[in-house]
Amino acid sequence: MNGLHSQLEKIDRFRWRIPESYKTGMRVDGVIYASKDMLDAILSDKAADQVANVAFLPGIVKHSFAMPDIHWGYGFPIGGVAATDVDAGGVISPGGVGFDINCGIRLTRSNLSEKDVRPKLKELVYALYNEVPAGVGSKGDIRVSAHEERKLLAEGARWVVEHGYGNKEDLEYTEERGEIKGADPDGVSPRAYERGKNQSGTLGSGNHFLEVQVVDTVYDNGLAEIFGLEKDRVTLMIHSGSRGLGYQVCDEYARDFIHIMSKYGIEVPDKQLACAPVNSPEGKAYLGAMRCAANYAWANRQCLMHLARNVFEKVFGMGPKDLGMDLIYDVAHNIAKIEKYDIDGKEKTLCVHRKGATRAFPPGHPELPEKYKKTGQPVIIPGDMGRNSYLLAGTEGAKETFYSTCHGAGRLMSRSAAIRAGKGRSIARELEDKGIIVKSTGRELLSEEMPDAYKDVNQVVKVVHGAGISKCVCRMRPIGVIKG
Amino acid sequence: MLRYEQFPHTADIGIRVFGKDLKELFANAAFGMFDVIADLEGIRTSAEEVVEAAGETPEELLVAWLDELLYRFCTKDIIYSKFEIEEISDNRIKAKVFGRPAAANRNRLKVEIKAVTYGGLEIKKTTAGYQVEIIFDV
Repeated sequence: MNGLHSQLEKIDRFRWRIPESYKTGMRVDGVIYASKDMLDAILSDKAADQVANVAFLPGIVKHSFAMPDIHWGYGFPIGGVAATDVDAGGVISPGGVGFDINCGIRLTRSNLSEKDVRPKLKELVYALYNEVPAGVGSKGDIRVSAHEERKLLAEGARWVVEHGYGNKEDLEYTEERGEIKGADPDGVSPRAYERGKNQSGTLGSGNHFLEVQVVDTVYDNGLAEIFGLEKDRVTLMIHSGSRGLGYQVCDEYARDFIHIMSKYGIEVPDKQLACAPVNSPEGKAYLGAMRCAANYAWANRQCLMHLARNVFEKVFGMGPKDLGMDLIYDVAHNIAKIEKYDIDGKEKTLCVHRKGATRAFPPGHPELPEKYKKTGQPVIIPGDMGRNSYLLAGTEGAKETFYSTCHGAGRLMSRSAAIRAGKGRSIARELEDKGIIVKSTGRELLSEEMPDAYKDVNQVVKVVHGAGISKCVCRMRPIGVIKG
Repeated sequence: MLRYEQFPHTADIGIRVFGKDLKELFANAAFGMFDVIADLEGIRTSAEEVVEAAGETPEELLVAWLDELLYRFCTKDIIYSKFEIEEISDNRIKAKVFGRPAAANRNRLKVEIKAVTYGGLEIKKTTAGYQVEIIFDV
């Protein structure tokens, strides 16, 4: 436990303040969303200190926020949200986005129920495992020329849809329609291209996954109905990001930014918070490259979903119409976005960093598709592979966090501790006993990713729902899991 | 002398690396990184390459060196396991590295390292030589 514990101030049941006075150089307070029970775990490593460090960023507006799934990250904590005022010298930090640019999640519905899937579940999981490339260094079937790769980075999910991977409606239900504007393929280095080559349509490794799930609890029938869900309904969830291309973009810009900060008179307490003014040539270059990686990730998840739909069609011998695997939504949880907010009566252009945090626009927001104007944005929160995942909806209450909410369960155990805890156990067998079929490429991956290694996502969601920064719609439980 | 050991980190992977001099420290850091990526026990080598890297400080040089090897692993699909440092100063390194194509060794692969980070990175002098802690984003 560090010295922060005594200085943390309770705001209410779900909000805790790290006062500006905690460290000289903080420009604003830090605010952590958590229940009292979660605090000890949060304060046990450097995550909360990272919330304080983010408060040093030039141009930061309101507070340095952390969501209840906060854990120790690179510069920013995972679960961190920070907005900077673009026209007042506000900065952008590659560490505030993370290595896996536009790591994110998508959820589809289906017309299937658990009893339709159970008898063929093993066959389904093995077929998904065979058809969807996963694991360390996996390569996809999607090969594009250098010229086409540039188009893919500029056009994102639209490019792959136009090349036969899915349909136009999918784009309607993807954040930024899967094609964020302002992507500059020239800002992406040859090395980043090289690392991303042949990885389109691959799941990746680590905590990335593809899950077949069943809706087990509905909290809001009205919203669930609009999202096409009801109890016992089967869903498909995909968690992946921008693969090697995004890692390389972050790596290069984060390294370069360390050396340019002095030019702009910027001082930060941690090298990994290296940043540049959003309006500087360097800031703009990063933003252009980051958007390319974001588009790559949307294209990637679109391909993965397309591959998975094909497997469902084959295994169940049904056409796309009968299966009804419509995309509910695809949302990024590692990204920086330029958004406009009313701050003390003035409209300001902010650069909102969401690092392990999900955008959660409220009902009526102009950027939402027509179908979700009444409901608010669908917010997809994956949990661990043994417990639950959630579908939430955006609320007006999230205005205080620049319409941001949590992104997952958050790790509790280090990977080595998880491997130790998994010694002599068969995690796959334990899950199978609970009715969950798991396939994974990694040798130790199942131990690393075992449910006990994560916080309980139910507790995380209770906090964001309780604090009013999003609203529970329904809860899913996994029945089939593919892990990279 | 122990070449490296893992230390606990909630979300990522940290290794503590030892070496009697900078040469050994850098070679052991590379070995540690690839031992996280793949099971190196008994792996043979068939490819040999020359690797050079530069950085403004020894720490930045270490990250540049590991970055270069990680990049080669990702793009050439070679698991490196032996590192002979030929020249090293505070800001330049030249080494011969030996490895084996990952294609025939997929079952050895364990963890995808996304990047080498600067988190807490500081090369320290100890009575036995040098020590450094490196955090990999995974």
